[in-house]
Amino acid sequence: MGSRSSHAARIPDVDSIRRETGFSQASLLRLYHRFRALDWNEKGYLSRVDLQQIGALAVNPLGDRIIDSFFPDGSLHLDFPGFVRVLARFRPVDDEDNRNRDPKEPEPLNSRMNKLRFAFQLYDLDRDGKISRQEMLQVLRLMVGVQVTEEQLESIADRTVQEADEDGDGAVSFLEFAKSLEKMNIEQKMSIRILK
Amino acid sequence: MERGAKEKNHQLYKPYTNGIIAKDPTSLEEEIKEIRRSGSSKALDNTLEFELSDIFYFCRKGVETIMDDEVTKRFSAEELESWNLLSRTNYNFQYISLRLTVLWGLGVLIRYCFLLPLRIALAFTGISLLVVGTTVVGYLPNGRFKEFLSKHVHLMCYRICVRALTAIITYHDRKNRPRNGGICVANHTSPIDVIILASDGYYAMVGQVHGGLMGVIQRAMVKACPHVWFERSEVKDRHLVAKRLTEHVQDKSKLPILIFPEGTCINNTSVMMFKKGSFEIGATVYPVAIKYDPQFGDAFWNSSKYGMVTYLLRMMTSWAIVCSVWYLPPMTREAEEDAVQFANRVKSAIARQGGLVDLLWDGGLKREKVKDTFKEEQQKLYSKMIVGNHEDRSRS
Repeated sequence: MGSRSSHAARIPDVDSIRRETGFSQASLLRLYHRFRALDWNEKGYLSRVDLQQIGALAVNPLGDRIIDSFFPDGSLHLDFPGFVRVLARFRPVDDEDNRNRDPKEPEPLNSRMNKLRFAFQLYDLDRDGKISRQEMLQVLRLMVGVQVTEEQLESIADRTVQEADEDGDGAVSFLEFAKSLEKMNIEQKMSIRILK
Repeated sequence: MERGAKEKNHQLYKPYTNGIIAKDPTSLEEEIKEIRRSGSSKALDNTLEFELSDIFYFCRKGVETIMDDEVTKRFSAEELESWNLLSRTNYNFQYISLRLTVLWGLGVLIRYCFLLPLRIALAFTGISLLVVGTTVVGYLPNGRFKEFLSKHVHLMCYRICVRALTAIITYHDRKNRPRNGGICVANHTSPIDVIILASDGYYAMVGQVHGGLMGVIQRAMVKACPHVWFERSEVKDRHLVAKRLTEHVQDKSKLPILIFPEGTCINNTSVMMFKKGSFEIGATVYPVAIKYDPQFGDAFWNSSKYGMVTYLLRMMTSWAIVCSVWYLPPMTREAEEDAVQFANRVKSAIARQGGLVDLLWDGGLKREKVKDTFKEEQQKLYSKMIVGNHEDRSRS
């Protein structure tokens, strides 16, 4: 149609971000505008507070945990590449990706395993690779608030850990987690499609 | 140009509000059940309790809101289907051709060198006439002559200001115009709303006392007829505000009050929560819906981005401000309704008429945090799912 949009050129490192995340140019542009809209005082990066101001996220019981996954390792500033990297995990999987993939390259960010890993780290707060009974309880407590008694919650947590735990260590490792969900259509449930 | 821009046959301006992501509107329960069903290796039994996969629902919903939520996008200018030759609305359009750029350049020339000086001159005339006129009228003794003059001075000056902005307004259902002793409520997009409504009717304004030019105008206006201006400190005191408004409303000789219950400017694609203060007073409410056509100029005032002067300059360098005003039939609070329900009822009527999205969120959200009660509702819904069934199981 003509030369490339002057707007895409405003995104720093747009080509490497595109390669890494697999988003199309149009999607990246939309996400860039979204990033700028969330960064309402134009700092150039996002802080936790900016994400916490999204009303619909603040009422989500797991809202804080989700925000945490954008700020790994205690960092306080979220720049655009980091923002898109996390969102890339929710990119719908199309078969194109799998067919053209070079097996030597690292797994694409939106693979089934990576989607599972994202969900796993919402449970596994201390990042030790296992969901302990305590961590399970904590997540359950977040999701139900004050509506359920401690005993009920404990029995639910115990049962869930027991069902998924195969090697009997009282905790659910990532592989056990993945195995218990092997029939689940993760690709569909953990995907968000960006409109053109 | 004015003749060309007259409103065509369509009743509502077509809203181009696309979200940026595809969403399915299913409820929490349905979606979690579906997730479980698709992943469960057990036979379908009725005892649906907590599953590891439940987290996917909250996870995805959460990330969806990070990508696109109903509130944040209401505070940025509306997107257009096709470009209207204003670089400020150039959101996603690429360089297409030389001809288009030349057209755009021509447009800039016309707007800045021809239209802008004309409009500034008109605005200047309008405001000075308002100040001088109302001060002069203020010296007259109270009586019918003073009211008559005051009304006409106000109307004339607002009409000059309307011309200064080249606002092309179509009024619908003027028979429902607000009467004395009533409260007029409208959705709020910009300070221009006031000028648009006041040029067609004689209202008492409500607002905070400002300094500077605004303050001069306010002091002059109140000499001619009783407007309700609050000091900054008084605004916080809800009882005082309610008392003064009630007093004004009960005096049948006083003019209808003009109020914007959203409390902040929204981008004219939706109507947000109405503050219940004006609906507790018990007067008749005259709802008014205002819808701007974004094709000729974006009227939304993004107060965190632009100051008042920059905003007015932008308004005066657009092509025109085209809008529709609908006067809806008056509403009163019914016996079983409380103020909040009444406010929501009025809000829905306005949203429906103007073709706007009716949202429950509070416009103040862009500055404050949301209440915890909403989160508790979600938690309650989810708990019912896992515990309600758990109890059945332990009983059997």
